[in-house]
Amino acid sequence: MSDIVITSRIRLARNLSDVPFTIKMNDYDASNVIDRVRDVILKNKQYHFEFFEIKKLPLIKRQVLIEKHLISPALASSKIKSAVAIDQNENISIMINEEDHLRIQVLYRGQQIQKAWEDANRIDDFLEQHLSYAYDETWGYLTSCPTNVGTGLRASFMLHLPALTLLGYMKGIIDTITKLGIAVRGFYGEGSEAAGNLYQISNQITLGQPEEDIIANVVSITNQIIEQEQQARLKLLSENRAFVEDKVYRAYGILKYARNISSNEALKLISDVRMGISMGIIKETTIDRLDVLLNLIQPAIIQDYFGREMTPEERDIKRAELIRKILE
Amino acid sequence: MLCENCGKRPATVHYTQIINGVKTEMHLCEVCAKQKGSIEFDAPFSVTNFLAGILEPAFGTQVLKPSFEMQLTCKGCGMTFDEFRRAGRFGCAMCYSSFSEKLYPIFRRIHGNTKHVGKIPTKMGEDIAIKREIDRLKIELNVAIKNEEYEKAAQIRDKIRELEKKLSRE
Ligand SMILES: [Zn+2]
Ligand SMILES: [Zn+2]
Repeated sequence: MSDIVITSRIRLARNLSDVPFTIKMNDYDASNVIDRVRDVILKNKQYHFEFFEIKKLPLIKRQVLIEKHLISPALASSKIKSAVAIDQNENISIMINEEDHLRIQVLYRGQQIQKAWEDANRIDDFLEQHLSYAYDETWGYLTSCPTNVGTGLRASFMLHLPALTLLGYMKGIIDTITKLGIAVRGFYGEGSEAAGNLYQISNQITLGQPEEDIIANVVSITNQIIEQEQQARLKLLSENRAFVEDKVYRAYGILKYARNISSNEALKLISDVRMGISMGIIKETTIDRLDVLLNLIQPAIIQDYFGREMTPEERDIKRAELIRKILE
Repeated sequence: MLCENCGKRPATVHYTQIINGVKTEMHLCEVCAKQKGSIEFDAPFSVTNFLAGILEPAFGTQVLKPSFEMQLTCKGCGMTFDEFRRAGRFGCAMCYSSFSEKLYPIFRRIHGNTKHVGKIPTKMGEDIAIKREIDRLKIELNVAIKNEEYEKAAQIRDKIRELEKKLSRE
């Protein structure tokens, strides 16, 4: 199933009770929250957090963190003073002064939502011991946006759904699951397109259900989508085998031999090859390698990888080189 | 009905103003209403974002008939209810209690629920336990007083004060 679930993510939104929310914050409030949270985070001995003030990070480094899904684009471009704490394994990040004072996020590869929830819950418990949260007996965790109130929990999966997309089933699926309180977004979150046939599925309801039920609901709907994707792949194979084989081998050929490739084109081709591997068509490489590529081809990460800034043209050449090397 | 201000154009905007329990109605045309300025009339239904879309229907016809009684203001951060509705974001934790009665329809629309049943922060859980203990001790105190056990009553009273101090410190 790991060939369909790319990542599992848990996010908890939290606020301090005695400071205005970020929309009404001044510089003093913003620094105050950062200082208090930093002091607490550095007390934690279980995880090894590194702390960054966003404004002190070069733009390219911020972009790398966005591409690794460790911070949101909103945090990177925040007008108020903001920060992030990232654990050394880069699975956990705590964003400070994003839409809420605190956004605890845990992200793992594959289907590991339970593990992600346990980590997030543990970190939340720890922070709560030292900070006074905005919480109400009736409404639970008080958040900046009414769509997050209650648990403040967002449980999400990044899914790779090439066959459902190819067969034109995605619109119908999105319509259906939206009615079930599940949101669907593209690779880079809100408003982004489903580039590379990657879809982010997450709960929309945060109030009136316990955390475990919210997660179970997202898991159950995700499992149904996975099943449909598997059915769709079988259908493609039995009815259009020649077409599918041609499609994935062409994609593999371009990735393996191209000398110049944009991140968008690479993403599309990686998606095709990835499907080809899981269908048993392509045996020359592995899903794991394709997932490494999925990260590495992104514009800022590729510059980070080579340790220097590059023009877009130079990036496209280096990207092709890197893809060839990894597919060797 | 013609506009009460200019008397020329038809009145399409209707205010209901309640001051000290006295209700006054005002009927204006769009031009005069705009000049009044205090409330936006440009496009009462211009749904600029997803959240606005969720918030609008919760107020039904009130959007067409803005009334001054809706000008709730948060004691914590000074945000007005209209401001919240436009931004779709709260200004501080106190906004929730300040806008309390207006929030039920909004939460019901977004979540289908109005009551949190999930995680309780440990510290908050302790507070709840302390409050319960205080309630229990108060009953015990009454019994002690009724039985004229004044020494015991004094001890219970001290215990209550101690717990109340603990609550207010957090
Ligand atoms: Zn008029
Ligand atoms: Zn407020």
